[in-house]
Amino acid sequence: MTAPVIRVRGLVTRFGGQTVHDGLDLDVRRGEILAIVGGSGSGKSVLLRTILGLKRPDGGMIEVLGKNLSDLDDDARRPVLRRMGVLFQDGALFSARTVAQNIRLPFTEHTDLDHRLVTQLIRVKLAMVGLPQEAGAKIPAELSGGMRKRAGLARAIALDPDVLFLDEPTAGLDPIGAAKFDELIRDLQRSLSLSVVMITHDVDTLCAIADRIAVLLDKKMVVGTLDEIRAYPHPWVQEYFSGPRGRAAQAGHDMQAGRKDD
Amino acid sequence: MDGEGSERAEAGWARGRFDGTALVVTLGGRWTLANARSLEATLARLETGGSKAMTLDMTKVAAIDSAGAWLLHRQILRWQEAGSEISLANASHAQTALLARMAIEGSERRPLARPALGALRELAIRTGEATVDFAAEAHALVSFVGAVATTWVRALRRPGRVRLVSTVHHIESIGIDALPIMGLLAFLIGVVLAFQGADQLRQYGAEVFTINLLGVSVLREIGVLITAIMVAGRTGSAFAAEIGTMKVNQEVDAMRTLGLDPMETLVLPRLIALAIALPMLVFYADAMALAGGAVMVIVGLDLSLAQFFEQLAGAVTLPTFAIGLIKAPVFAVLIGMVACYEGLKVAGSAESVGIHTTRSVVKSIFLVIVFDAGFSILFSRLGI
Repeated sequence: MTAPVIRVRGLVTRFGGQTVHDGLDLDVRRGEILAIVGGSGSGKSVLLRTILGLKRPDGGMIEVLGKNLSDLDDDARRPVLRRMGVLFQDGALFSARTVAQNIRLPFTEHTDLDHRLVTQLIRVKLAMVGLPQEAGAKIPAELSGGMRKRAGLARAIALDPDVLFLDEPTAGLDPIGAAKFDELIRDLQRSLSLSVVMITHDVDTLCAIADRIAVLLDKKMVVGTLDEIRAYPHPWVQEYFSGPRGRAAQAGHDMQAGRKDD
Repeated sequence: MDGEGSERAEAGWARGRFDGTALVVTLGGRWTLANARSLEATLARLETGGSKAMTLDMTKVAAIDSAGAWLLHRQILRWQEAGSEISLANASHAQTALLARMAIEGSERRPLARPALGALRELAIRTGEATVDFAAEAHALVSFVGAVATTWVRALRRPGRVRLVSTVHHIESIGIDALPIMGLLAFLIGVVLAFQGADQLRQYGAEVFTINLLGVSVLREIGVLITAIMVAGRTGSAFAAEIGTMKVNQEVDAMRTLGLDPMETLVLPRLIALAIALPMLVFYADAMALAGGAVMVIVGLDLSLAQFFEQLAGAVTLPTFAIGLIKAPVFAVLIGMVACYEGLKVAGSAESVGIHTTRSVVKSIFLVIVFDAGFSILFSRLGI
């Protein structure tokens, strides 16, 4: 079909003498939800930071939306950055501004729309992520963890990005809140035709919304659908999916799939 | 992949055409944020002729994002208010879903910002808040002083509980690490004092008294003041920011739950370290300032080093030197208390760390100067 939105080839990342990624390849296809999993310290967050251009790769190349970010100067990078949205782990909202001001920021930075239209769009984004309108007047410290994530998501989708990056979107949410957040991401992904890259530890999330799963194993990436990955004969993968949490999530997923078939 | 160029070239458009009784509006192009301005104008220009039934044909829409969908939704609402029946035709599943998301319930249209009050009411409210804050602040400061005092007493009774390693570490960073900058600063001040003094006293042929001026002013006032101000800026701010960041990261809460008293683990070692390091720094600064003055006097007034010391010994008595040094631990406790107090008052955000760090520096310099004035009055009453 179309070219992948993100293409990583032969990525090498080192910290001091330690190699985190060694010749890592990864494609993110247009319109899919790709989940990146891996043990603690396997370099998931570093990979995300590298794709976003917050860290320079020590080798290999990364193409985002057809452009190699490390080749571009700041002026050329801005239009590419504008087409990516990022939700950091705890929202990373600017603590001195209200939620509405946080969402307004990308608009004032990247567009020249008039104030009234931006205000209306902020209301739309708040509604889209399921926040009440009055949350817009609050500062991040006044919100609960779940609401902060939603506010962060509203800021991330402010400019209708092509690619949305999520760093552990459901971490710290209660199971009901996490399931709702999963649903929200799936919903937004469909209606905005987003490509989503998310790092997650949550097996429920994997089973519920991921189209493909990328596992960071031994400094490289193994990519496949849920069933393919489950059949992958690596001890870490086997333990990940056959542990008690993995089995429970899988059972729930199969049950739902069965219900759909009826 | 869509380049930026094609996006601009294919801005969204809308064309109306009467089909019998109904108006059919064909929409096409890219209904995206990048084209929002032109889309707004396009929709405003569209002639509907007050048609009662309208069909929006979405067939030719190449792309629509939430900005485009909102503009369309807003226009649909306006048409509906004007009494038109609107129907969508040939909309894809995703387009319909996106448009459905645009509905924000009218009752939920709460203000996004806090309502603005009248200037007078705002003034009254702020004055009231400031007064209450001031009272609360005074109360908190007094109770902090009390808490520090009880911690001191407890530490005196059980000296084993004083964190020795932490204290020594702080002495290093307050004292030893500050030696180069403190030395340079004091030396230059000595040079400047001697230079200005000599310049003025030359008019009376009393250049040699430059040394008296230098000795008394440096040992009694300047040395300790400069050191205290420097430490307030260098160390006080660091203390406030360190403790403040720990508060933001909930490290202070973690300490409390582990049964550690932040007063004992954070405040006391810093206070003890300051009380030890600052007098030593003052001594060092005194010596460096005198050295600076000596260089100036020897070069500028053509005196020998021996003459300098002779004159200095005649001008300076032990009490002069002691008065300067005795103020040092008092200033140290002032700076440390203010810094730790402000650090512990940090709440919530990074901005708060900045505010309290600034406050700690301003307050401690202010208090140092106020106390210095108090000491001057005290010593002059005592006749020293």
